Amino acid sequence: MAVISIERMGLLSVVCVSLFFSSTFAVDRGNFKTCDQSAFCKRQRALKPGQSPYRALLETLELSDSRLTLQLINDNNKVHLLLELYRLQGNMTRVKINELKPLKPRFEVPDVLIAEPPTEPLSVLSKDDNGVVLSLGAENQRLIVSARPFRLDIMEGPEVLLSLNSRGLLAFEHLRLHKDTQAQADGAEVKESVDGDQQQDEGKKDEDGESEKEEDGLWEETFKSHTDTKPNGPTSISLDFSLPGVEHVYGIPEHADDLKLKTTDGGDPYRLYNLDVFQYELYNPMALYGSIPVMLAHNTQRTMGIFWLNAAETWVDISSNTAGKTVFGKMLDFVQGSSEKPQTDVRWISESGIIDVFIMLGPKPSKVFSQYASLTGTQSFPPLASLGYHQCRWNYNDQEDVKSVDQGFDQHDIPYDFIWLDIEHADGKRYFTWDPHKFPQPKEMLQGLMDKRRKMVSIVDPHIRVDSGYKIHNEITSKDFYVKNKDGKNYEGWCWPGNSGYPDFTKPEMRAWWASMFAYDQYEGSMENLFTWNDMNEPSVFNGPEVTMHKDALHGKWEHRDIHNIYGLYVQMATAEGQIQRSGGVERPFVLTRAFFAGSQRYGAVWTGDNAAEWDHLKISIPMCLSLGLVGVSFCGADVGGFFKNPSTELLVRWYQTGAYQPFFRAHAHLDTTRREPWLFGPENTALIREVIRQRYALLPYWYQLFYQAHKTGMPVMRPLWVDYPKDTATFTIDDEFLIGSDLLVHPVTEEGSRGVTAYLPGAEEVWYDVHTFQKHNGAQNLYIPVTLSSIPVFQRGGSIIPRKDRVRRSSTCMENDPYTLYVALSPKKFAEGELYIDDGHSFNYDTKKEFIHRSLTFANNALTSSNLCPDCNFLTSSWIEKVLILGASKPSKVLLKMDGKETPVDFEFDTSMSVLTLRKPGMNAGADWTLLLQ
Amino acid sequence: MTCLHLLLTLVFAVSLGTPVEIQRPRGVPLTKKQFYEEGKPFTCLDGSRTIPFDRVNDDYCDCKDGSDEPGTAACPNGSFHCTNAGYRPMFIPSSRINDGICDCCDTTDEYNSGAKCENTCKELGRKEREVLQKMAEITKEGFLLKQQLIEEAKKGREEKQGKVTDMQENKKQLEEKVEALRTVKEAAEQPEKEAKERHLKAWEEQKAAIRLEKDKAKMAEAFLELDDNSDGFVSVSELQSHAELDPDADGTLTETEVQGLMGGAAQVDTSTFESVWTNIKDKYHSESQPEEPAPVETPPDEVKEPAVDNDSEPYPEDDISEEDDEDEDDKDDYHEDDDKAPPTVKTPEKSHEDEEAMPPYDPDTQALIEAAQKARDDFEDSEKALRVMDDQIRNIEKELSFDFGPDAEFTYMYSQCYELSTSEYIYRLCPFNRVSQKPKYGGSETNLGIWGSWSGPENNKYLVMKYEHGTGCWQGPNRSTTVKLTCGKETVVTSTSEPSRCEYLMEFTTPAVCQEPANTEPSPHGHEEL
Repeated sequence: MAVISIERMGLLSVVCVSLFFSSTFAVDRGNFKTCDQSAFCKRQRALKPGQSPYRALLETLELSDSRLTLQLINDNNKVHLLLELYRLQGNMTRVKINELKPLKPRFEVPDVLIAEPPTEPLSVLSKDDNGVVLSLGAENQRLIVSARPFRLDIMEGPEVLLSLNSRGLLAFEHLRLHKDTQAQADGAEVKESVDGDQQQDEGKKDEDGESEKEEDGLWEETFKSHTDTKPNGPTSISLDFSLPGVEHVYGIPEHADDLKLKTTDGGDPYRLYNLDVFQYELYNPMALYGSIPVMLAHNTQRTMGIFWLNAAETWVDISSNTAGKTVFGKMLDFVQGSSEKPQTDVRWISESGIIDVFIMLGPKPSKVFSQYASLTGTQSFPPLASLGYHQCRWNYNDQEDVKSVDQGFDQHDIPYDFIWLDIEHADGKRYFTWDPHKFPQPKEMLQGLMDKRRKMVSIVDPHIRVDSGYKIHNEITSKDFYVKNKDGKNYEGWCWPGNSGYPDFTKPEMRAWWASMFAYDQYEGSMENLFTWNDMNEPSVFNGPEVTMHKDALHGKWEHRDIHNIYGLYVQMATAEGQIQRSGGVERPFVLTRAFFAGSQRYGAVWTGDNAAEWDHLKISIPMCLSLGLVGVSFCGADVGGFFKNPSTELLVRWYQTGAYQPFFRAHAHLDTTRREPWLFGPENTALIREVIRQRYALLPYWYQLFYQAHKTGMPVMRPLWVDYPKDTATFTIDDEFLIGSDLLVHPVTEEGSRGVTAYLPGAEEVWYDVHTFQKHNGAQNLYIPVTLSSIPVFQRGGSIIPRKDRVRRSSTCMENDPYTLYVALSPKKFAEGELYIDDGHSFNYDTKKEFIHRSLTFANNALTSSNLCPDCNFLTSSWIEKVLILGASKPSKVLLKMDGKETPVDFEFDTSMSVLTLRKPGMNAGADWTLLLQ
Repeated sequence: MTCLHLLLTLVFAVSLGTPVEIQRPRGVPLTKKQFYEEGKPFTCLDGSRTIPFDRVNDDYCDCKDGSDEPGTAACPNGSFHCTNAGYRPMFIPSSRINDGICDCCDTTDEYNSGAKCENTCKELGRKEREVLQKMAEITKEGFLLKQQLIEEAKKGREEKQGKVTDMQENKKQLEEKVEALRTVKEAAEQPEKEAKERHLKAWEEQKAAIRLEKDKAKMAEAFLELDDNSDGFVSVSELQSHAELDPDADGTLTETEVQGLMGGAAQVDTSTFESVWTNIKDKYHSESQPEEPAPVETPPDEVKEPAVDNDSEPYPEDDISEEDDEDEDDKDDYHEDDDKAPPTVKTPEKSHEDEEAMPPYDPDTQALIEAAQKARDDFEDSEKALRVMDDQIRNIEKELSFDFGPDAEFTYMYSQCYELSTSEYIYRLCPFNRVSQKPKYGGSETNLGIWGSWSGPENNKYLVMKYEHGTGCWQGPNRSTTVKLTCGKETVVTSTSEPSRCEYLMEFTTPAVCQEPANTEPSPHGHEEL
């Protein structure tokens, strides 16, 4: 949470209070920088295209098997850069640009790539004075290096897929000595304000213009009352990319904006800078809590990705030559045969570090996902229970409160798996402790939940109360693990506990120590059913610039400027590691984080931060999670009900209906809101909420299997339609409905007082079955669906088989041994396939001991067959198949179960009106080989 | 599914203590046994379909109402009956069968989950009996106390009503006395007024004479001043030098204007100057003396303030609203008196230094004034006594107007406060008045709500009190408190909590809600099937 009531803020400084004093409900934009207020962004954005001063020095080209190096020179200032090119396995190209001889090393982001990416050989096809043509392996792909100005083009056949520096916006501010120290330094070093500035035109007055330029925040800049000392001076970098034939780009979360990225001409670029934004506004490019510098480009032919590996403050400009055109204008172009090909141009600007960019060439969406996964890893495989429903509130007041909420769920027969404790549970916001009055017996409380086979999450934030009576603080101090300020003293800032230190999570020793704090004997009162929530890890510093850490704070030899966007990832990483370690490496962790970076998917779940109880916030939860899913983070959700303010009952119900079909399903509420446990809104609404939570639980086998798939392949769980229908342009901008896996299409109702929604059912070849009525609809149509308050439009794709557990119990763990019902939805060709994945639901044994069941389910030729996808796996389940529903079936005369060489008849019923065949209690074990024959 | 038992032998104790075996499908209460006849086709209890008996409890849901699977978790809407011999029988949702959690104390819900459940029915039964017994004792004693409370309240009420009646009677007498004294007062004030007026008139006349003389002297002086050439005449030009006399205030005193002032004459002598003087005396500035500063006027307001304060003093703050009318009457009376008060009130009249103060009253007048003053004092004293009595009556009537329960059993809490000390705060409940919270270690008190209404369930609204409109919360509602009342021997606040921000909950025990115990000795659990 980001807000605090004034009453409780006695400790906080006036600066801090003023931060939160905005009484209107909206972000105080003045607290956050625009590009114009961020010196490097302003400098970089002032550059005009088409004037690149960079030239490739082809004579410096060196080619080893897998690595090509080449020097670039900035003709304005004669600074040499080193370009490295790699062809990576799996159809990717990596481009690195750094200074050839920097004054001191520049930051390269560690710990994001899961390994040094394996390379493939590159070879020179031709070379002349103007450039070099390289072969990118077998796929008819070439990389053309043009010398003057420097430019890279990636081609496939005759087509340019993507160009770098095609607009000449490469700009690399080299490290330099400040003029104060200049006198003693090497006078030969040419210095200027911005590499590649339009100084070509005014090059003569370079030396004179220098002092003026110094004013532009090169060596110091001030925002509001905060001064950034910038001891290293200007260090920013920038590069442009052109995407011919592309009109749709996605990704670069986190922004509260549409799925399809907009052009940024005339406004601010999309900003990536992890920030604790109080009461964020929707539909704008402002930075939020997390940053994943990955953009996907898509058209009917191809999907590609650009991964800009840089953890500093980053801005992304997007422009398009078709953006301004109306649909009519585009049609006119088409009719008149206008030759202008649509193109999207993208420009990345970062404050420091190096250019290290991975170009993922697809071509299919699934391929881009696996390419990105091969670089940064996949979604962690969550414990099954964490896919259930989470009940959270700031705050459940005390043990009694926890107990009565827990009982409330049972009284109202609503399942849940996790109850959460926010910051008030700790003793004076000293994380890893318990308030002695409110939570005197945490183990008793946890045991009570364990008896119900339920779990708890407690919050552990990375700001540590400066208090000599606090063990965590004392240990961090004695181990010298705190982030330092520019003067080398421990950095201190204001956060929930008052004056706080910030552990330096970039240090591996610090992370190891942090992880050890989760051991049962260290975190007193913890038990194996207690999991963790990392909030405020942007990091949030109430009295810092833009509510975060000063950029000149120090993490060892690196500035906070260099590492800012990865701080949050490290916090979650160390916490997840702690949970793994406490179980001796056996149990899977569950950690929720607010801040994130590329690679965060490996450590747990992410939520969209402090949203509000407003219809637009409900709507935006869809594109926000879709965007995250596209760049690796599948385990995403938004606070159900909205964090700030009180939702109307209708909004709350609709939010439950939407949240139940999003990956991370947690209700949460601000301290100042009225209570909103699901049963507080009258029996009708309790029933509506109960129903949709039950739908979620029934579908847990499917969710779990999708997460297994995401974990194995990088395929997003919650997906935009275009991922599965990449050639259907009608899907490219849809973000009010989505797919779960490939087989469920969900169109939540997100309008107040709605009486109907129009859902687009994709796929000309497809049929879709309403999961509630089993009514069949054809694909490639806009379907109007009348809705009531109980409606949540969901469709199962014809051709799919979804396993469900229709016996919903009070927690997912209680359902462990329950039987499955298979929902077989036939395609027009009377075919369907699906999978069934089963393991213990919580340990790493699926990985370390291959203890899981993975079955392929196929319906073809009137036979439904379960076959083993992992013959060398071993796991025993007592779950069985209690029922098979075949949607779109015709009535058989007889149904036989073939198993162990025997055939036994199976009872069935046939519903003629909806063509649903129900097989009664075939009864085979879920792990067995079997065939059901319809005759 | 492998080890499902279609039927279950149930053993439980009947009142006679002899074990009886009754066979019926698992999870079926005895009351519904008749619908489950072994070997005969089973009709779903909603009548929707009929199935062979071997499909009852076969772990597959055939009936929409779940009635074919009372003993398995197969139906989403089924319910399972546990006998819980020794304790209380109950129904649980069938989703709790074999879910690894022991719900029935007789362990019958977990027959195939591997959960290790112990039969705790006897223990629970014993405990429940103890609790019920204790409760019964409390209820019994509480109810006795309640009877006393009712008795006391009744007495108190009668007493108070009697008192009010008496006071009403006294009030009448007082009112008469007030009226009598008012007449006396008015009678005494008439001669006083006349004598004072006489005195004043004489003085006014005297003052006028003095003023006239002064004016004449001034005129003579002015004449001398104006007659610059001392020729015994004031000429137009001589007067024209006094620019302040300009009648149209345009800054210049023209000759014509001067002539106007002088009534058309070119010059005037001392005798004719008199008419000129009348024209100019208000504006005329003496040449020898500096301009006289304008007298500072004292604002005429606020003079009455203290009286108003006195007026409202005897009333408790809370009561003001209901008594506006009477109050205003009182005030009006008072103000009149004020206006007639002796001349200590400073009038805004200009008082020139050289004007003498009014001479003292002559002895006769003084005597009349003193007599009138005494009459006024007597009248005011009696009026004050009447007001005090009015207040007392009103307070008692207000108390009598509260809803203190059907038998006025809550009367005793009125004007009492009950406190509960927690780790951080001291909570204070003053029934029918307010709830507050005060930090233990310094800090000001917070109002958690003032008395609103009884808001218990329809069948007994006296189980919940609602206090509303307390101090506002930042970004939140005004604080409010719900007080839940339970039967107890003592009147105590037993717990407080804040389930939702700024919405407080208090548990409060009192004999006043103790129900009359059932006449027969409590037999806490008659088995429903016996």
